[in-house]
Amino acid sequence: MTYAADTTDEPRRVLPRFPELDTEPFWEATKERELRYQVCDACAGVVFYPRAHCIHCTSTELSWRTSAGKGTIYTFSVVRRSLHPSFLDLVPYVVSWVDVDEGFRLMTHIVDVDPDDPGSGLEIGARVTVEWIDRGEVNLPGFRIDR
Amino acid sequence: MPASRVAIVGIHEYPSRHTHGAATALHIKSHSAARALEDAGLTWKDIDALYDDGDGILWPGLHMPEYFGLDELKVVDTTTVGGSSFEFQVAHALRALSTGAATVALLTYGAVAKSSASDIGTGARYSELGPPNPISNMEDCWGTTLVADYAQFARRYMYQHGTTSEQLAEIAVTARHHAVRNPDAVQAIEDLGLRHGPNEITDDQVLSSTMIADPLHHLDCCIISDGGGAVILATEEVARGCRTDPVWVLGAGEATGHRTNGADLTVTAATRSGPAAFGQAGVTPADIDVAMVYDSFTIAVMSALEDLGFCAKGEGGSLVEEGGLNFDTPGLALNTDGGGLSSNHPGQRGIFLLIEATRQLRGQSTAQVPDARLAIAHGTGGTLNRRYASGTVVLGRD
Repeated sequence: MTYAADTTDEPRRVLPRFPELDTEPFWEATKERELRYQVCDACAGVVFYPRAHCIHCTSTELSWRTSAGKGTIYTFSVVRRSLHPSFLDLVPYVVSWVDVDEGFRLMTHIVDVDPDDPGSGLEIGARVTVEWIDRGEVNLPGFRIDR
Repeated sequence: MPASRVAIVGIHEYPSRHTHGAATALHIKSHSAARALEDAGLTWKDIDALYDDGDGILWPGLHMPEYFGLDELKVVDTTTVGGSSFEFQVAHALRALSTGAATVALLTYGAVAKSSASDIGTGARYSELGPPNPISNMEDCWGTTLVADYAQFARRYMYQHGTTSEQLAEIAVTARHHAVRNPDAVQAIEDLGLRHGPNEITDDQVLSSTMIADPLHHLDCCIISDGGGAVILATEEVARGCRTDPVWVLGAGEATGHRTNGADLTVTAATRSGPAAFGQAGVTPADIDVAMVYDSFTIAVMSALEDLGFCAKGEGGSLVEEGGLNFDTPGLALNTDGGGLSSNHPGQRGIFLLIEATRQLRGQSTAQVPDARLAIAHGTGGTLNRRYASGTVVLGRD
């Protein structure tokens, strides 16, 4: 079991680990800066996070689609205290659930925002666009507030 | 075989919140079990049903019967749903004992989160230590702490339902109001060096405490302690011969919830566990004298009170304002032992909800509600922002 290699100079971040069959195609696509999700071949229901079965019907046939990378902040918080060695240096950072327009909810960071600036536009309902965070072998899909 | 009534006949709460490494989780579990058996007037030999969520040792169904020395078990149940494990276990014990599968059930809990310096709230470690799985691979990279999870839930809750930080603060103020009357909680506050000492706190002190993850302040969060306890349940036939007055399990409900694409995060599984428990007991929230509600964070209490039906969604503020849930004001009383916010929280607090509800119905609480007849224990395990379990138990006395 290995972490995806983090070849950047920034402090070590927790990254997805492989082999992991369900999420490996998602992370593989991030190398091309593509945000992937699954759609059921039988009922067209959206499945996310990635899995090997449809949660809407009994199909086990799913296809990958690529999102346009646009969404809306469902909720968020500003982490002001984190004792995890990989995140100590990042505080304050903004964690969020983003409702991506294709119909899935993604845990992410809202990046390039000053959470203490009243004019930052950081609020529930704000429109956001994917902003890739380069972590070497994979890219993490953060989101930036549309201005 | 006709269905038997089932009662809580023995309880024990491990008094120390900071063992300084002098006790293990297994010690706390076995010590508490022994004291609870003495409370009931029973012995190890009487136990034929064991419930254990693996807090002391992995594969508890194999290891705990041997550790305790239980040779005659007929039921072994290792349900593990975080802090609500114990409410789920009571629901299962109610079924097992009422149908004659067993006669005496033991539930125990022990943890040394304080002594092991465990960063429960802000360490951001979830599934990182186990083998990779789809959840850890999609979530661990974002460093969402436990506090930030409940903070995101709170943010959405306030946005949709108009709940305010002042209203949430009232829940912490009420917990401290009760803790200062509980000698074990007072000792805990001193041993753990909690802010403001063993004194009442105000809304302003909660709101001016350090922001940990917006909108949750330091005093919106439960403490981190050592601790544990035990609960013994028995059939009516056994209960009638016990030293204690029986506290009847009148109903129990269990439900799970998880964030779903496009779904309303703020409607919790308590909307299902509550009606199941109240329905089985044949009572309504308006009948309840004491509500022991899992208080990992103030928002967990507010959402549970509303989803259990003590008031409508968004109206919990009117319940908690001006000490409305204090033991010494009329109507419902909340978390009369001081709760996880001000008494103890070793990580999975659900067993203490059952223990304090039982004390209230025996007339033994340090913040005793006069003539308390009906109580609930409502546990929330996991995190409301991701995936969790809600367990509701309705208790009553003769």
